[in-house]
Amino acid sequence: MDSWLLAPHQYELLADGAWITIQILVYAFILGVLLSLAVGVARLSDRQWVRGLAFGYVEIARGISSIILLFIIAIAVPILFDVNQASLVVLGSVALGLNMGGYGAEIVRGSIQAIPRGQTEASIALNLSPTQRLRHVVLPQAMRIILPPMGNLTIEILKGTALVSLIGLTDIMAATRTIRNQRLVDASGADVTVVFVNALVIYFVLAQIINGLFRLAEWRLEKRYQGGEAEVEAATREPIPGLTK
Amino acid sequence: MSAPEPNPDISPKGAAAVRMRGVDKAFGSNAVLRELDLDVEPGERVVIIGPSGSGKTTILRVIMTLERPDAGTIEVGGRHLYHEAHGSGLKPAHEKHIRSVRSDIGMVFQHFNLFPHMTALENIMLAPVKVHGRSRDEARARGMELLDSVGLAHAANQTPGQLSGGQKQRVAIARSLATEPKVMLFDEVTSALDPELVGEVLTVLRDIAEEGRSTMMLVTHEMGFARDVADKVLMFDAGQVVEAGPPSQVLDDPQEERTRSFLGAVREH
Amino acid sequence: MSTPQTLTAGRSAQEVPYRPHRAWYRRLDVLVPIALIALGYLFLIVAVEERSFFRTRLTAKGGENFDWMYFWHLVPLMWQGLQVLAKATVLGFTLAAVLGFLLALGRRSARRAIRWPFAAFIEFIRSTPLLVQLFFAQAFVRASDTVSLSPINILVLVLGVHYATYCSEGYRAGINSVPPGQWEAATALNLGPVTTWTRVIIPQAVPNVLPALGNYLVAAFKDAPLGYIVAVPELLFFANTVRGNDFRPTEPYILAGIGFLLVSIPAAWAVRRLERKIAYERT
Repeated sequence: MDSWLLAPHQYELLADGAWITIQILVYAFILGVLLSLAVGVARLSDRQWVRGLAFGYVEIARGISSIILLFIIAIAVPILFDVNQASLVVLGSVALGLNMGGYGAEIVRGSIQAIPRGQTEASIALNLSPTQRLRHVVLPQAMRIILPPMGNLTIEILKGTALVSLIGLTDIMAATRTIRNQRLVDASGADVTVVFVNALVIYFVLAQIINGLFRLAEWRLEKRYQGGEAEVEAATREPIPGLTK
Repeated sequence: MSAPEPNPDISPKGAAAVRMRGVDKAFGSNAVLRELDLDVEPGERVVIIGPSGSGKTTILRVIMTLERPDAGTIEVGGRHLYHEAHGSGLKPAHEKHIRSVRSDIGMVFQHFNLFPHMTALENIMLAPVKVHGRSRDEARARGMELLDSVGLAHAANQTPGQLSGGQKQRVAIARSLATEPKVMLFDEVTSALDPELVGEVLTVLRDIAEEGRSTMMLVTHEMGFARDVADKVLMFDAGQVVEAGPPSQVLDDPQEERTRSFLGAVREH
Repeated sequence: MSTPQTLTAGRSAQEVPYRPHRAWYRRLDVLVPIALIALGYLFLIVAVEERSFFRTRLTAKGGENFDWMYFWHLVPLMWQGLQVLAKATVLGFTLAAVLGFLLALGRRSARRAIRWPFAAFIEFIRSTPLLVQLFFAQAFVRASDTVSLSPINILVLVLGVHYATYCSEGYRAGINSVPPGQWEAATALNLGPVTTWTRVIIPQAVPNVLPALGNYLVAAFKDAPLGYIVAVPELLFFANTVRGNDFRPTEPYILAGIGFLLVSIPAAWAVRRLERKIAYERT
């Protein structure tokens, strides 16, 4: 093995591929998060049909194989509904987002259920509406519990983006195969390992970046619980009989 | 303190502040409240005592709509809580109606239930801004006033995690006061506190009682406090009111055997 | 005098039945499902063969987007594909479970020189796509003169290595979940390492490990359809082949999806039930 590095123009291919990968990841993440929140809350709804629909979606989204889902959405669905095959990037992101939503919904549901009941009761005592309860009291506290597993899930979706190479998108995986074939032609080494290890390293780096972003979010969230300084030295105020000394 | 005149601010035309009729509540096979009838006059301070599991907390929770009664009616400030007028009778109320009546009720919990992701001041400001539509400045000014009245103005920007139990409970009381409820419910608010912190909370409660603006219902084990503050003491056991009367009677000269044995057991340590 | 309401409120002491505590490996309602699963394993490994997809010539109606007759005719092939998928998953996961244990031991080693490479390998494989690893294996086998593997073996190998990293984390979590006091008690009783592991640690670690392993098994099943890339004659391969022959993508893919769900959802439920049964055990 001469070197672990590839030629510059091959890295350009990988960089273009990385751009597609990141795009799909971001779109899928946005869709996935929206679905997770909506469906996770719906799983706890008072109305049975809402709960049932949410449950059905979660079971199917979690039960299906990502690649089969991708094929169905990217290939079968457009034909089934007589739609023009929209941009592959969109279709791929939708498939991955739907997949992510199923797992994310369970994370959201679990975290909402982990919030002590006293918080909900205090909000009822203050006469907050159910939506206000969710928005101002429950979800902000649930975020703490949601973030770590959501980070892991996002990395799983990153790995899932490699599947879009199978429906024709030129992401990192597709670029890797192209480079591999080029190298066969160039006969620049039967060292399969070099090309794929480069690809694996890129994914690994992306995964660590995602990890870092989530840790940052967790850290910033913690600060909300920390609070400021006490305003005035309590001791310098007039003692209130029975209350302070 | 003597029982005040019925306060027309709280209930129209001398209607009872809280009236429960025939309230049943069971958890599984456990009948916690049995055909309960209860009247509380506006501005009255009622203390409920009794052994654990007797259902005294459930009374408060059913008024605060944290539990729904299986049968019976509850009126707050002259308005039915769980029912609406329908022709000449009553029908079960919609959520909107319940919410509208609930705005007159407030509750302070044994375990504080402060929102840990907000500062003390923000805890107090939330309901006035989101539910009562006050401006943030108005809510902030009023919030600081309330914090000051419970002696915690300096802690306005601190989060519950930074406060002691007694401080947290005082913030919780201020939070409830901010919604200006006509009926305030206190569920064993000192039971979770270390002994040396109980006094500061009881002082705040005495202040509220003295102002006489809201009706107060307290479940507590603090007999000394009950003796000082209560207009009426209810001894509750096995889902029913065993004895009711002024503290001088129920606490010092109980008529019922069950009251006597309960108070005896409480005094033993 | 009122009696305080106790925990058995409503039932007198005579009514609450006495059930002696039995460890999970002695309980029939845990052992029978495990035995059934083991039998299923054996069946898949021994009885299922990978054959190419044969079917009678069938054309679908041209104009429609979805033809039901065509759909139903594909079912036997789908079933065949599912069996191969199951076999590949089961073999791959067995490899993963065994290899994962070795990886876990390496990760726990006291010596840094062993611990770090193991940790690095595990982290690296876990954070990167299975697909890339699969293509890697395929290209490697093609390019190599020495190594030659059948398609299903390539799939099994890649699944095995990839999921071994997950399983190793599962083992690690399970072993760490045993309270340190247990190790200390074993020392205080002067139990040797073998006894400590087999009689004290592993019986307590397993209830935590099994559900995690169950979830990984289901996850491996979801990744197994990628085997079509290396021409394993499984579910997705059949769908692609049929699509290629008849130019009709909708029916095969949707059928593949439905068939897949019919296996994976019950499997996920079974894992969840197993979890609950064993969780009760620990409280």
